[in-house]
Amino acid sequence: MTAPRTAGPPDDRGRAVIGRVALALAAAGLAAFLLWPQAFAPLLRPLTQNGAPPIYTQTSLLALTLWHLALVAAAVAASATLAVGLGILVTRPGWRDFLPLARTVTSVGQTFPPVAVLALAVPLMGFGSGPTLLALFLYGLLPIFENTLAGLTNLPPAVAEAARGMGMTPAQRLVQVELPLALPVILAGVRLSAVIALSTATIGSTVAARTLGEVIIAGLLSSNTAFVVQGGVVVGVLALLIHAGFVWLERRLSA
Amino acid sequence: MIEATRPTTGTRLPLSRPGVLFALVGLVGLALPLVQFRANRIVAGEGAGLPAALGATGWAVAAALAAALMAGVAARMTPGLRLLIALAGTLASVAVLGAAAGALTPPGDGIARVSPAAGFWLLALAFALAAADALARIDLAPWQRWALLLGAVAAVALILRSGLLDDVSVMREYHARRDVFAREAARHLMLAFGSLGAALALGLPLGIAVHQVPRLRAGVLGALNIVQTIPSLALFGIMIPLFGWVAATVPGAAAAGVAGIGAFPALVALFLYSLLPVVSNMVVGLSAVPAAVRDAAAGLGMTRAQVLAQVMIPLTLPVLLAAVRIVLVQNIGLAVIAGLIGGGGFGSFVFQGLNQTAMDLVLLGALPTIALALLSGIALDLLVAQLDGRRGRGA
Repeated sequence: MTAPRTAGPPDDRGRAVIGRVALALAAAGLAAFLLWPQAFAPLLRPLTQNGAPPIYTQTSLLALTLWHLALVAAAVAASATLAVGLGILVTRPGWRDFLPLARTVTSVGQTFPPVAVLALAVPLMGFGSGPTLLALFLYGLLPIFENTLAGLTNLPPAVAEAARGMGMTPAQRLVQVELPLALPVILAGVRLSAVIALSTATIGSTVAARTLGEVIIAGLLSSNTAFVVQGGVVVGVLALLIHAGFVWLERRLSA
Repeated sequence: MIEATRPTTGTRLPLSRPGVLFALVGLVGLALPLVQFRANRIVAGEGAGLPAALGATGWAVAAALAAALMAGVAARMTPGLRLLIALAGTLASVAVLGAAAGALTPPGDGIARVSPAAGFWLLALAFALAAADALARIDLAPWQRWALLLGAVAAVALILRSGLLDDVSVMREYHARRDVFAREAARHLMLAFGSLGAALALGLPLGIAVHQVPRLRAGVLGALNIVQTIPSLALFGIMIPLFGWVAATVPGAAAAGVAGIGAFPALVALFLYSLLPVVSNMVVGLSAVPAAVRDAAAGLGMTRAQVLAQVMIPLTLPVLLAAVRIVLVQNIGLAVIAGLIGGGGFGSFVFQGLNQTAMDLVLLGALPTIALALLSGIALDLLVAQLDGRRGRGA
């Protein structure tokens, strides 16, 4: 994004403010919808036919959202722990034998379609939240691992030299120098995993996981567009908010 | 790359650590049941290892596979030899799967199912990882990599045609619905490539426009970014009533192929997801053209349109190919969702299988999808690398 800029910094700042206000409004709207969904019924009624209910009431939308987020958080936390651990391991001197393999596996592994991974997890775990958790976990490993590798292998050589010159042990170098420098890149990987997981978790409802996908599938089965839209919009707004949160965190940490 | 294969200091035995990992995975695979036998498609099955399926031959094959796995543990072995052993091991695992299925299926029994179990998957994984590891350590010329890829595709086609695997459950499902499979495969390819084509046709001009008129950038890229956050299930679902309504109200739309059912809504949803990578890569590619190049072209007396068409767009080719890779791999995977909304494709097997808890049917949909995504990803990676290499040599 190094294009000739006609827009000056003040314009950029104005745009950033507009973006922040839009995000705050989206968050407030989402909270209001989840707490008082019936208040939005008139808005969604035009999307229904034959007097079908405009708001999904089988399960509380708030509960489904919390389940959805919990599933994603658990999966991403687990994949971040393992992926960062493995990334640190294969960049240590004794374990560099694994580096070429690690690179190949991450690039090939990311071509596996998430839906296929989800479907293949069912025979292992049965129906329910289990296969979804497993699929989100496996699929989330790759972007985080890839970024951990990138962050830890692309450090400026001068920094590593300086740390060594100060007499730091390898462990000190890792914790006090390498990891803090790589953190924004690693976080970008976690963000990617979280956003993918948020969307893939909706498909988990086809194997009976309790997520917002339940609302969308109910809408598909009963041809109720209002259900499809409310499920989709809630997940979409959550994705936008999580994305913005991570970007903010990455900027704070790299500044 | 060469020092990486050497034993690390401090270890007394010259061991290859990745080799040890592959051997462990493979040996666990050999210890677990290779296949699962079920009297019919639905009942719970019982596992059978190599010896149980093939008797004395089974023991011999298991010993040979174990020896191949253990050979990889030695550090002193060229990557080429490693690759040969790993490929032979992969082939042997598949052959043994077919043989075990043939031996366990009672003659003339069309109901019994023999499906690959944990043992087979781990064994195949161990050899595939060993092959990937060896490949990453060999410096192959592009044509050699292409030859390997084509060889692998030909080998898979030959094995499937030979009838070697015909007694394996997935192939039984295939033979039971051969015609439907061909139709869904064609549909899946149409969805993935059709949406890619449409995204290129619209996305490239849009990318150029966004680059030429910077004011458009925030709006267009922002809108396309928001499309990406809509979960695939919802986007596919919203397309159905939307185009149903369009087909019913806009005169001529239905005649032009617009419909709320079938493949059309899925095609549009995939197209919408494909736009962001195409447009943003086009913008990035155009922006990355050095100002000196542009000035030189303008200095030669080229008009602004000529500079764009003859100088800048050709220079964006590698970035555009990268976008094609992203879109194609993503669409092959996302097209599975079309199966859920009646759009066809391999997804219809996946979701039918999930509904009937018939895992063989799920595999019939999932395995070709994965193979297709892998093949496209690797082929386009090779193409991008080749293009970069040529450019690097030219510069």
